[in-house]
Amino acid sequence: MYKIAIASGKGGTGKTSVAVNLVNRYQKQIQYVDVDVEEPNGHIYLKPHWHVKKSALVDVPEIDDHWCTLCGKCKDACQFNALAVIPDKGVMVFPELCHGCGACLLACPQKAISDTSRLIGKVCLGVSDVKNSIKIVQGVINEGEAKSPPLIKATKKEISDDTIAIIDAPPGTSCPVVDSVKGADLVVLVTEPTPMGLNDLKLAATMSIKMGLPIAAIINKTDITDFPDTEHYLKEGGIPILMKLPFNRNLAEASAAGELITASSKLFQGYFDQCWENLLGLLEQQKGVIGHETNSRS
Amino acid sequence: MKLAVSAKGPKLEDPVDPRFGRAKWIIVYDDETGNFEPLDNAVNYNAAEGAGIKVAELVLNNHCQAVITGYLGPKAFRVLSAADIRGYVNAKGSVKEAIEAFKNEQLPETSEPTVKGHW
Repeated sequence: MYKIAIASGKGGTGKTSVAVNLVNRYQKQIQYVDVDVEEPNGHIYLKPHWHVKKSALVDVPEIDDHWCTLCGKCKDACQFNALAVIPDKGVMVFPELCHGCGACLLACPQKAISDTSRLIGKVCLGVSDVKNSIKIVQGVINEGEAKSPPLIKATKKEISDDTIAIIDAPPGTSCPVVDSVKGADLVVLVTEPTPMGLNDLKLAATMSIKMGLPIAAIINKTDITDFPDTEHYLKEGGIPILMKLPFNRNLAEASAAGELITASSKLFQGYFDQCWENLLGLLEQQKGVIGHETNSRS
Repeated sequence: MKLAVSAKGPKLEDPVDPRFGRAKWIIVYDDETGNFEPLDNAVNYNAAEGAGIKVAELVLNNHCQAVITGYLGPKAFRVLSAADIRGYVNAKGSVKEAIEAFKNEQLPETSEPTVKGHW
């Protein structure tokens, strides 16, 4: 089933508000996948009942001094400066810099390096108390841990193919976001009509396009400024607009109270239902195009 | 004894770079002969991460026994202390002045990192 990533570039545009209200308005089984692992917060709205918590581990090298000749091939192979060779002493490992790529293991002519693992966070699985058709997956990184991509990958492994998955990505366009949106059928970019919103929207759109991922947009807080450039940019680039949400005090109050606006407001139920229609229409249309392309190639 | 001084340029008249891992140059100075050799640190200066570790390796591979710099981060400090290289901090002014201050025992030797790690 479809994997839909909600990303933004700029922080604070409303990714999580959009994601949780979308899952709330879906009428069948759906998965909400929070990969904003440094500060996951979708649970505040969806109020999960956790039933599984799994440890997330990354590989780090362990060097056997008995076999190590201090040749330094391991540190030369390491692209992340995670190893240092101290002459006559040994090889020093800096686990916080290690990406777990395994290059040092391959480079070691003595086979003196083995993998050991390090706990970086956890992946929690649960069901929403708001609606039991919403399954929740959430990655939580340990405090002080600098590299989230391995945990994001571990969190995404829990995505089930049987239902639609809404993936709530972190802001920005760096490695954690790249890993969050990778493999998505559609990246929905939530933006706001401000110069900063547009600047970061362009970055996120460029990133997704470079990754070969189809994109669409949601403009949030449409009436906070008179800034038509955002919509111009989307129209010129042929990026479909799935929804335009006006600024609304009730929504802000519901958000601040940790409540879903679509639980109480008919107006917003309407917005999100229409958004689903547009979203599914777009995905079906894409599938048609891809199917057609495959047919014409064969 | 060979000293390694973090510097903004390749000459003794150039200012000390208070940063160790991200210094543009490392000047290796022999306090017995007065000879010095500037090492271009451009590669580590531009490293995404672990610059301090790489510069500490550079220093130990050049057989220096002490480092003179502004401050030392935790990763560089770990490598230096494992290799028994002493760290002298709070260096200011030109490389020459910093070496003089070291000789006059005006620079404190640190037994721990003087700043937190950064990403």
